[in-house]
Amino acid sequence: MIKFLLKRVLEFIPVLLIISFIVFSLVFVAGNPVALMLPEDASQEDIERLTVALGLDQPFIVQYGKYMLDLVQGDFGKSFRYNTDALPLVLERLPATLELAAASMIIAIIIAIPLGVWSATRKNSSLDLLATGGAVIGKAMPNFWLGIMLILLFSVTLGWFPVSGRGTIAHLILPAITLGTGVAAEMTRLIRSSMVEILSQDYVRTAKSKGLRNFFVVYKHAFRNSLIPVVTITALQTSTLVGGALITETVFSWPGLGQLLIQAVNTRDMAIVQASVFTIAILVIFMNLLADVVYRILDPRIKYS
Amino acid sequence: MSANLQSHAAAESDAGVIKSRKKTNALSRWTKLLLKSKTGTVGFIIVLLVCLVAAFANFLAPHDPAAINPAKMLKPPSWLEGGEKAYLLGTDNLGRDILSRIIYGSRVSLLVGVASVILAGIIGIIVGLASGYYGGWLDSILMRIVDSFLSIPNILFALVFLAVFGPSVPTLIIVLGVTNWVAYARIVRGETLSIKEREFVRAARSIGVRNVKIISRHVLPNVISSFIVISTLSIATTIILEASLSFLGLGVQPPTVSWGGILSDGRDYLATSWWLATFPGVAITITVLGIIFLGDWLRDVLDPRSQSRS
Repeated sequence: MIKFLLKRVLEFIPVLLIISFIVFSLVFVAGNPVALMLPEDASQEDIERLTVALGLDQPFIVQYGKYMLDLVQGDFGKSFRYNTDALPLVLERLPATLELAAASMIIAIIIAIPLGVWSATRKNSSLDLLATGGAVIGKAMPNFWLGIMLILLFSVTLGWFPVSGRGTIAHLILPAITLGTGVAAEMTRLIRSSMVEILSQDYVRTAKSKGLRNFFVVYKHAFRNSLIPVVTITALQTSTLVGGALITETVFSWPGLGQLLIQAVNTRDMAIVQASVFTIAILVIFMNLLADVVYRILDPRIKYS
Repeated sequence: MSANLQSHAAAESDAGVIKSRKKTNALSRWTKLLLKSKTGTVGFIIVLLVCLVAAFANFLAPHDPAAINPAKMLKPPSWLEGGEKAYLLGTDNLGRDILSRIIYGSRVSLLVGVASVILAGIIGIIVGLASGYYGGWLDSILMRIVDSFLSIPNILFALVFLAVFGPSVPTLIIVLGVTNWVAYARIVRGETLSIKEREFVRAARSIGVRNVKIISRHVLPNVISSFIVISTLSIATTIILEASLSFLGLGVQPPTVSWGGILSDGRDYLATSWWLATFPGVAITITVLGIIFLGDWLRDVLDPRSQSRS
């Protein structure tokens, strides 16, 4: 187990190196950011002086080396908008995003497990059609639009939930449903197809024929085994979930990483953009690793190779 | 001599007839296959309609989508009180006709969706073929790059690109193409790995056919069907991604009309004029739904290994 973990963690190094290279190259291509940092009436000499002071006149390789050296120390440079280090700003916003992501995941699980299991056990019934149809529509709806529609119905018209912001559970519900719907749609489809396959296995038929109650057959024999592919794909959805969070946060003015990042993109605050990219990449990689571990616990047949 | 020529010509025209007959046969076979699937048919009709609307936008739109009319500001849809027949889906805060804007908006959505998927497909197929066929260090490097792209949400990569190059339609196509290629690379690589061990490829190799020719003649045609399936479904996700970016103000810029853009304008008038933000979302959802249906049907038809879900 430890050997397996170590191997997987070592595999992350080239991935992070490649990401750093791509992001750095893009920022390098973007050109000199000095003009954005100084006041508008700064003279040409001021710009040149700061360019030299920041080492931005150096060749690509030298700048990349310096950038990597700073990076391994967690230094992404200063945000020129906030005039402080970028990484603490990003980390400060992270809990809000994680809270939203976790709540959405919980909602997705609450919807998807019963729906997927029910529709698999009653294949081709009207409930099944409703569930699969709903799943396709959930996938086709852009989540920012769903968010706006929820605000329109539950905040503007009915006044049940606040329109935006963070604080109470009431603030969390609409954004979490918005973000959770897409994941729930994908999960329902997966659980259903995984369950349909397993319900036709011999051991399920055996369990049924020896007179076990249907509930036990479905949940103890079939459902547990259907979880294996579901866990893997759910973890792979982390990337989609975080991506969706970036937009959902904007719709609900949720003070998370997404809001910070989109502001930074608008103002070309590259230090924050870079710090966010790395934070999110590490988060996604970590979730995938976690999925690998859980996968192996759920299915002991898989060797740690 | 002349008889010889004549028979040659006759043979040629025969070949032509056979070819055209083959074509009609294929067409009717596909039509039959399509009509067998309800969702496939619905998907095909939706996609066809959206394409027609985009192509003939200037004939179909009742108004100029950019025409500002201060006298007709925030008119509700025609069936509601205060609505006007001339403005079926109502007007926006500048008195522009929502229906006409949605009709014109389909153009950008389809253009960006299709063009970026083609770009992504070209990159992905080349990387996937090279990686799967040659293997070795090339494969390791390319697959590490694929892993890197997979560990970052698409939209995040797109945001970084847009922060650097600034938003515009060509940038958007390139950005979405460059962020989406990994899906193709992975699947094409997997297919290539299995195809290259098949007898006909081994046979070609053993008689000394060059690698490039083996790839283009024997491997490429066999990965095309998976390519078509992923591209279709990928157009759906790309349309949503484009709408999201335009909604954030980082995609298609005004005065070009886009569904995400109309939605974003409508957000500020949610409390008073719900129709601004509602209808463009309906347009996106229906279009994407149609493409998903069509894509699922194509997968069932083209890929015999995948079982129909129903």
